[in-house]
Amino acid sequence: MALQVVTANRIGDGTVVYLTRVGGWSERITDGQVSRSDEERDALMAVARAKAEIPEVVEPYVIDVVEEAGVVRPVRYREEIRAQGPPIHPAFGQQAAGG
Amino acid sequence: MYRYDEYDQTLVDERVRQFRGQVARRLAGELTEDEFKPLRLMNGLYLQLHAYMLRVAIPYGLLSAVQMRKLAHIARRYDRGYGHFTTRQNIQYNWPRLEDTPDILAELARVEMHAIQTSGNSFRNTTTDQYAGVAADEIEDPRVYCEIIRQWSTLHPEFSFLPRKFKIAVTGAPNDRAAVRLHDIGLIMRRGDAGETGFEVIVGGGQGRTPFVGPTIREFLPKKHLLSYLEAIMRVYNQLGRRDNLFKARIKILVHEVGAEKFTAMVEEEWQNIKRDIKDGALDLPAEEVERIRAHFAPPPYETLAAAQPAFEEKKRADGAFATWADTNLAAHKVPGYAIVNLSLKPVGGIPGDATADQMDAVADLAEHYSFGEIRVTHEQNLVLADVRRTDLHALWRKLRDIGLATPNLGLVSDIIACPGLDYCGLANARSIPVAQRIGNRFADLKRQHDIGELKIKISGCINACGHHHVGHIGILGLERKGEEYYQITLGGSADQDAAIGKIVGPAFSSEDVVDAVETVVNTYVELRQNGERFIDTYRRVGKEPFKERLYAAD
Repeated sequence: MALQVVTANRIGDGTVVYLTRVGGWSERITDGQVSRSDEERDALMAVARAKAEIPEVVEPYVIDVVEEAGVVRPVRYREEIRAQGPPIHPAFGQQAAGG
Repeated sequence: MYRYDEYDQTLVDERVRQFRGQVARRLAGELTEDEFKPLRLMNGLYLQLHAYMLRVAIPYGLLSAVQMRKLAHIARRYDRGYGHFTTRQNIQYNWPRLEDTPDILAELARVEMHAIQTSGNSFRNTTTDQYAGVAADEIEDPRVYCEIIRQWSTLHPEFSFLPRKFKIAVTGAPNDRAAVRLHDIGLIMRRGDAGETGFEVIVGGGQGRTPFVGPTIREFLPKKHLLSYLEAIMRVYNQLGRRDNLFKARIKILVHEVGAEKFTAMVEEEWQNIKRDIKDGALDLPAEEVERIRAHFAPPPYETLAAAQPAFEEKKRADGAFATWADTNLAAHKVPGYAIVNLSLKPVGGIPGDATADQMDAVADLAEHYSFGEIRVTHEQNLVLADVRRTDLHALWRKLRDIGLATPNLGLVSDIIACPGLDYCGLANARSIPVAQRIGNRFADLKRQHDIGELKIKISGCINACGHHHVGHIGILGLERKGEEYYQITLGGSADQDAAIGKIVGPAFSSEDVVDAVETVVNTYVELRQNGERFIDTYRRVGKEPFKERLYAAD
């Protein structure tokens, strides 16, 4: 079972966010709640969908991640860029804060 | 330029009010994203990788200085200080907030602008030659007909839910600078047997995953029939376009599947039905309305000047950098003593098509001072000041240099079209902009660029081909393989009057190797060229094999 986190875009400004351990949203992927089973993933998505209806976020979905020394990183390059910000603008996004 | 009448302004103002209500309901949770998404897309608001993106329409790429200042203001106040000029001659902002978009649209409406039909399965911005109205090789000013098409196609009730998006381009010159053969409908102004002007009608061109150079379905269409004939084309497409398959829904697939001859027959039959049913010729363009619109595009008050301007020539002799820019970035104007000036948005190592708010403000000032207050956006992602006195060129060049818009690279290897790619776009598989930057840096030596000569590189980050890679002399398509970026190279594409789709030269290159590969292609051309051939001439003479041999020699 792949490790996964739930991501979405914040409704107001479209910023990329991740569902956290306390059921909130963080701009840092490493704050994201990592699911380790289908059941955990489904439970997180249920929370996210409910929050999308409020609406706090737009179009939540799960992404595969790896976890090394407590640091969570996306598996796919697309999601890495999404997590960090556009590489051509290092001052934008989480990359500006060192990830 | 065209100015809104009360109907235009009312339509745009009402749309702003309507969208403000829709956004409020969305933020209050009264509309789901599924319900809201088609509404925001109708107003040009996308959701991309990092944020919302707002695409603002610039009808046929023509802007007033007042409008340009508004675009700068929006970039500064509501975005991150810059905007991106696109291949549809529009501008897009990469960081607007949803809650701000009604205010942005209201600000745009105050300067006769909007974002309607910049997304969705609708008519998109009609594009044209950036030299329209001033080109020395022009038969007739196409902007009059672009504006007529704009009015006809805006919220057209029968064609508001087309099978897929629909793009029209018009040119009034035989030298095609608007890529008309790569559009759903391309119109080329031609002269008829009696010397009257009309249109050659091309249907079914396009890029994307299935590229086609569009066939001509009518050699000559009298101007008064423009809208009835467009109606006939659209009715055939609206009825028979593949709504069942997103990837086969463009009109090019329909034309290809039924064949150009049969498609033409269907259009002609539909056209006869329209003409029969509307007996009073209601869809014929009324001459007085055409003249009313034409008056908006009347030539500005040009001075009577000599064609030869000794002061300009003297400045060129005295200042080599100015001479290089003048020889590269100017185009012939139809009025003696004037020049068309191209402002490059492709500085070495820069982001193709991006302009900062300060640059936009400065261009607005320069347009007012030197070019009757108008600016054009090109489909190759540059800007144009179309009406500059040749005696003013040196002063203008110095000011452009101060704001970073005087790179003398128009049509050269660093004048690259690039889509936003994976830096921004949720559809992309690979980054485009960094490849363009690296190619620009590799060929940073302007002397080398000028020695290479005309060479059009176009880069797309996915098969949707927003970066027009199919029609690049050198096209680059980004791919993803097992999490790594790769780039497939095509050669021999062209978007001009000799339009052609490039051919894949061989296996894709890694991100690390792609710039070396481009340089190998360029060096091969330099070795092979004869008698002043441009890259595309040499390619057409020798084919892809010599390039392929050099690229894959070590494999």
